[in-house]
Amino acid sequence: MNFDFSDDQQAIKRTAKDLLADRFKLDHVRELAEAGTYDDDAWKELCELGWPGIFIDEQYGGQGLGIVELVILMEELGYALAPVPFLSNAAAGLLIQSAGSEEQKQRWLPGLASGELSGAAGLLRGEEAKLVPDGDAADVIALCGPEGVRVVERSAAEVEPVTTMDATRRFARVRANGAGEALPGEPGPGVGAGLLAVSAELTGVAQRAMEMAIEYARDRKQFGRPIGAYQAVSHRCAQMLLETEGARSATYYGAWTADAQPEQLELAASMAKAYASDAGWRVCSSSLQVHGGIGFTWEHDLHFFLKRAKVDALLWGSASEHRERVAGLSEVGEAAAV
Amino acid sequence: MDLTLSPSEAAFRDELRAWLAENHPGADPPGDDEAFEHRREWQRKLFEAGYAGFSWPKEYGGRGATMVEQALFGEEMARAKAPSPVNVLGMVMGGPVVITHGTDDQKERWLRPILTGEEIWCQGFSEPESGSDLASLKTKAVKSNGEWIVTGQKVWTTYAHRAKWCMLVARTDQDVPKHQGLTYFIMDMEQEEVQVRPLHQITKEPEFNELFIEEARIPDENVVGGVGNGWAVAITTLMNERAGLGAAAAAGVKMALDELKLLAQERGADEDPVIRQRLAQLTIEVELLRLNSWRGLTQIMKRGVPGPEGSLPKWQWGEINQALTELAVDILGEEGAYWDSPWTYRLLRSRANSIEGGTTEILKNIIAERVLGLPKLR
Repeated sequence: MNFDFSDDQQAIKRTAKDLLADRFKLDHVRELAEAGTYDDDAWKELCELGWPGIFIDEQYGGQGLGIVELVILMEELGYALAPVPFLSNAAAGLLIQSAGSEEQKQRWLPGLASGELSGAAGLLRGEEAKLVPDGDAADVIALCGPEGVRVVERSAAEVEPVTTMDATRRFARVRANGAGEALPGEPGPGVGAGLLAVSAELTGVAQRAMEMAIEYARDRKQFGRPIGAYQAVSHRCAQMLLETEGARSATYYGAWTADAQPEQLELAASMAKAYASDAGWRVCSSSLQVHGGIGFTWEHDLHFFLKRAKVDALLWGSASEHRERVAGLSEVGEAAAV
Repeated sequence: MDLTLSPSEAAFRDELRAWLAENHPGADPPGDDEAFEHRREWQRKLFEAGYAGFSWPKEYGGRGATMVEQALFGEEMARAKAPSPVNVLGMVMGGPVVITHGTDDQKERWLRPILTGEEIWCQGFSEPESGSDLASLKTKAVKSNGEWIVTGQKVWTTYAHRAKWCMLVARTDQDVPKHQGLTYFIMDMEQEEVQVRPLHQITKEPEFNELFIEEARIPDENVVGGVGNGWAVAITTLMNERAGLGAAAAAGVKMALDELKLLAQERGADEDPVIRQRLAQLTIEVELLRLNSWRGLTQIMKRGVPGPEGSLPKWQWGEINQALTELAVDILGEEGAYWDSPWTYRLLRSRANSIEGGTTEILKNIIAERVLGLPKLR
C-alpha cells in the first residue's frame, strides 16, 4: 500500500512544474488569451520533450508511460493555465490507442506522439459535438458517441469555431456528417483516461486558485488585520483544501486504476470527473469571493482560472451526468479496490 | 503508487477477517449493564487473541502494528460491524499517553489492565465552560502534603460510572498563560469526592456523564508527563487519535451507505433522479474519505509523525454521516418521523459527529492555521 508517486514520477512533476512556471508566467498567459492564440514555440518545446506521447506505447513512437504520468502533466498544465493544445491532442490519442485497429494506430499515433499531427476529441450529442477543444485546428478529430468512436479529418468535417468564456483555449462545434471512419475497438479505457486528464487539469486549476486566495488572505488587511485571520475567510480556505484534495485523490486513484485495475476505471473516472467538476468551480468561485472586488476585475488573473474551471466542468459530461453514471455503476456492497 | 496490499498486508487482513468471522460477538444485548458486560467480554477476547492495544509496542503487550495494519484493523472491525471494545478510551488515549510520557512504575501499574478490560478508563478534559477552548479549563489541583486536591466539574465523560481511572487535565498554576498551567493526572474514580451524573443526550440515551469533583485526592505519583506539561501531553494523544481513524471511519460509512442503498431499493427510491444524484454524491464522498485517508497514511509513514492534516478525515466523516442519515430519513418519508426507526436514531445521533472529538469549526481553524499557514485569529 503506497498512495504516492514513485521517485521518477516525482521528478516528472517537479520538472513539469518548473518548466511551465518559466514558460507561462501569468502575464504571458494573459497576452495569449487576449490575442486568442497559443504559444507555438512553447508547444514545440513540449513536443520535443516528448510530452504529447507520454502515454502512447513505444511501438507507436510514444514514451510508453502510464495514465498516472499523464495526469501528473495535466495537473501542472492546469496549475500553469498553459494555453497549449495538449489536452485535445492527448484525448484523441487515448481514444485511438484504446479503440483503433492496428492499422489506425500505426497511421495516427506516431504523429500525435511527436506533435507532427494534431488531434482533438468531442462528445457527440446526437449528430453534433458542441464543445471540441481545438476542433478548429486539429488535423484529426475523434468523436465519441453511444455507437463508439469515429475519427474524421477536420477538412472532411463540418467545423464551426465557437467562442467560449475560456479564452485560454479554443473550441469548435463539429459534425462528421458521415465522413471519416469508425474505430472498431472498445473506447472505454480511452474515455476514462480522457476524463481523468480533465479532472487532473481541474485539480491543478483549483490548487492555483486556492493558493491565490491564501496569499491574498495573508496580505490583505481590513479592520486592522489580515482578512485570513477572520474565520469567515479562513474557513472558506479550509473548504478549498478539502475539495482540492478530494479532486486530487479521486484523480490519482482513477489514474492508478487505468494502469493497474482497468475494471475499476469507468466508475473511478466518473467519480473523479463529477467531483473535480464541482470542486474546480467552487474553489475558484470561493477564491474570487476571498479576493473581493479585485477578484471581479479583468486585470486580476483569477478569472482565467475560474472560466477554465467552468468550461472543464462542462466538457465531456457535467458533474450531474457523471453522478448519474456513478449511480448506475456502483452497486450495493460493491467491493472497494483494496 | 500501488494501492494493492502487499502479500504480508493481505495475509494480515485475511487472518483478521477469518478470526472475526469465528469470534464476532454479535450485537449488544438490550440493557446498559448487559451491553457493558458484553463489550468487556469482547475486549477480553481481543486481548487473548493479541488484537487489543494493537498499535502499542510489543513490550507493553501490544503488537507494534504498522500504520497500514492499524488502518486495516479499523476497516475490518467496521466492515464486520464489531462493537467497539469496552476500554476504547484507555487503548486509544490513556495507554499511549502512559507509554509516551509515563514512568516505568506507571507503565507497570496501568497498562496491562487497560488491555484486559479489567480497569476501565474515562476522559476528563471538557468542562461546562471549556469545550473547544480546552486550555481555559478551570478544574483546579492544589498540592498538599505530597498529594493533589482536585475540585471542579467535567462533562462528556463516557463510561464515567464504570471507570476505575480518569485521564484528568487540571489547572495547577493560575499565574502563567493558560496553556502552561495545566497538568495531566490519572485520577482514581473510586472515591466519594467524585460524583457521576448521567447526561441524557437528544437520543435520550445516557451515553455520557457529568463529573462533580469536590476535593478529590490524587497521589503525586499519578502525575503523567510532569507538572505544567498537561497541554502537550493531552495534545499528543489527540493527534494520534485522529491519525489512524480515517480508514476505519470510511469503512463504517461505507457499511451505512450500503444499508442506505438497500433502503432506497426497497422503497423504490433508487429510480428517482434526485435521490440517485444524492446517492451518487455520497458514494463519491465515501470513496474519497477512504482515498484521502490512505493518501494521508502514506504521508505519515514517510514522515514518521501524524500532522494537522489528520483533521480533514474527521471533518469529512461528520459531514458524510449527517448527509447520509438525512437522505435515509427523506426516503422513509412520514415513517422517518417514528421514534423507533433506526434511521431516526442515526439521524439524531449523527448531529454530534461534527462536535465530538473536535468541532468542525475547530478542525477548520487547525487546517487554516497549521496546514494553510493563515494568520491566527488570536
